[in-house]
Amino acid sequence: MTAPTSPSGSTALSPARGVMLVARRELRTRLRSRSFVIGTIITIAVIAAYVGFMYFMGSSSSHVNVGLTGQATAVAEPLKTASKAMGKEVDTQSVSDPATGERMVRDGDLDALVVGAPGALKVVVQKEISDELRAALDGLTRQQALDARLAEAGLNPVDVNREVANARVTVSTLEVPDPQQDQRKVLAFASLFLLFFSVQTFGSMVAQGVVEEKSSRVVEILLSTVRPWQLMVGKVLGIGLVGLVQLVIIGGVALGAAIGADVLTLPDAAVGTLASVLGWYLIGFFLYAMILAASAALVSRQEELGSVLTPVLMLLMVSFFVGFTLLRNPGNKLVEVLSLIPPFGPVLMPSRIALGVAPAWQIALSVGLTVLAVVGIAWLGGRIYANAVLRTGGRVKLREALRTE
Amino acid sequence: MPEALLEIDRISKRYGDVVALRDMSFEVRAGEMFGFVGSNGAGKTTTMRIALGVLAADSGEVRWNGSPITFETRRRIGYMPEERGLYPKMKVAEQLAYLAELHGSGSAAARRAADVWIERLGLTEKRDEEVQKLSLGNQQRVQLAAALVHDPEVLVLDEPFSGLDPVAVDVMSQVLREKCAEGVPVVFSSHQLELVERLCDRVGIVRSGHMVACGTVAELRSGGTERVMVDVDGAGYGWVDALSGVRVVERQGSRAVLELERGVDDQEVLRAAVAAGRVREFAPHRPSLTELFRNVVTEEAAA
Repeated sequence: MTAPTSPSGSTALSPARGVMLVARRELRTRLRSRSFVIGTIITIAVIAAYVGFMYFMGSSSSHVNVGLTGQATAVAEPLKTASKAMGKEVDTQSVSDPATGERMVRDGDLDALVVGAPGALKVVVQKEISDELRAALDGLTRQQALDARLAEAGLNPVDVNREVANARVTVSTLEVPDPQQDQRKVLAFASLFLLFFSVQTFGSMVAQGVVEEKSSRVVEILLSTVRPWQLMVGKVLGIGLVGLVQLVIIGGVALGAAIGADVLTLPDAAVGTLASVLGWYLIGFFLYAMILAASAALVSRQEELGSVLTPVLMLLMVSFFVGFTLLRNPGNKLVEVLSLIPPFGPVLMPSRIALGVAPAWQIALSVGLTVLAVVGIAWLGGRIYANAVLRTGGRVKLREALRTE
Repeated sequence: MPEALLEIDRISKRYGDVVALRDMSFEVRAGEMFGFVGSNGAGKTTTMRIALGVLAADSGEVRWNGSPITFETRRRIGYMPEERGLYPKMKVAEQLAYLAELHGSGSAAARRAADVWIERLGLTEKRDEEVQKLSLGNQQRVQLAAALVHDPEVLVLDEPFSGLDPVAVDVMSQVLREKCAEGVPVVFSSHQLELVERLCDRVGIVRSGHMVACGTVAELRSGGTERVMVDVDGAGYGWVDALSGVRVVERQGSRAVLELERGVDDQEVLRAAVAAGRVREFAPHRPSLTELFRNVVTEEAAA
């Protein structure tokens, strides 16, 4: 009989503790690594710059400063009303004389200077006039001309205008229009990109980690105490959590910034999208990471890694590019079908959810199929990994790796 | 409690048509240091990897204390692989504590054990450095610490001395002797035969996947023909031809090694030498392990 304990009092290692120890090592070493910290900071900086840019663009393009001088001051209120109807905020101010006004336009204090009588308005701008402002001013001038003619013809301009304003076409829509379509597209693109980026980054990290252990031969020591599946699952779990941490940080910061800066006005949909991205990331990552781990176990050196990773990452890339179609045509049939089946589903379905075009049964089906695939891949990948990870020297053929020992 | 005993029993392994191991057998007991020698590719590493379960044997059995070794009992082996295996980017202390935990130690005990071995092997200043930044010799010390950190009941070390400077060789030898004295069976392979001869209680010589000689160095020496070393001033060695059953095996300056066939009286030879000239030296010649190794390996090759 064997002695039950060793002198150091060490006890038998439960499978769960083996997995936990491996995962904890990955988490600890990778969360502290310079590449993770710098990568996260850079991504946040890029998002901050983008949100800031959008905010600046939004505020500068929707606000116009217009100076009015002489008789033109009378059109201040109608100009504001007309511009607002076209989605432009106009701030007006009276300017003492045209010369002062022109100087202010030249200095950039005013976007435009309006002079002349209401029936014959003239605009001075630095280089070009925005379409909305031109349309608003044109409308005012035409209204003046029309009012004058109406008065000549003996009609009351006020009555005629009211009548004209009430006459409009009746629109009946076949589908309920979504006024937030544009914002939904932003969310859809963000989830598409985040999923692609995270699964690719952290999936590759798993593959590199597998080869690192194999090429440094530390795997020989590890496998004399933990089983191959424990090592593989622990590694995938640990690196998956690292990716989740980064996704939560990046997603949270982006969401906070976008809502805070009023770039995004759909907080509920945005939070929902982030939650769905996190969920889909987990199953999508497990699927790809286990394929990548098993593929990486077939090679012995980092230099050979590209040849086995490319086909797998290609699938991910295809999903990503197919996803772009959604932004132009959210109802695309091909994407709809692909979003149901792994390995495309985890990248495509979240975008469709963000766009609001995925029925519940399709979401459920896609989740179900992906989870099934994860289970299948875990079994198959675990077997390939176990058979290949200790064979060093050359590249192991897939057929050999699948053979039972 | 039964005495610690590691048995390698008739292990065979082939890769396609190549026979890597053929009925490899030996055993190592508590407090015994076993040296494993053989040419490159003779099967030493394959044997050790099979003992660690890193490789599966085609047939044969590895037993620990009488029962076939299992995944659980393997955890009590301290292993140093031939090609060193550590995480290049992990710090020394963290790495050792991690390996101790993987072998079943609790977190606190693992950290303590890591510190003990770091100090013992003179790595205190390097404890927070990444392994890849250490010199090869220091990496080797960390590797030994990795084999010892979980307080193993057996040590299996593949080429532990290769690439070490003389100081590190002494440290390593000392540690192995201590472990041995604690009752831990130690197996190691090496090409440094003088070192093996000095350290090991028993030696196994492997050739083409088969154990061709196994025992204490004295046992390996016995059974062969008797040899004497003589130093006769000035006279040359023509006088040897007159003696039957005696021949010169080797000459170095005025010295010669003579081989005596069974039944030849060495006193006869001495008298002949005195008659031939002034005898400065006349002693039984004990072949070193290096010579034994050469003999064993070439004998087999010729056979």
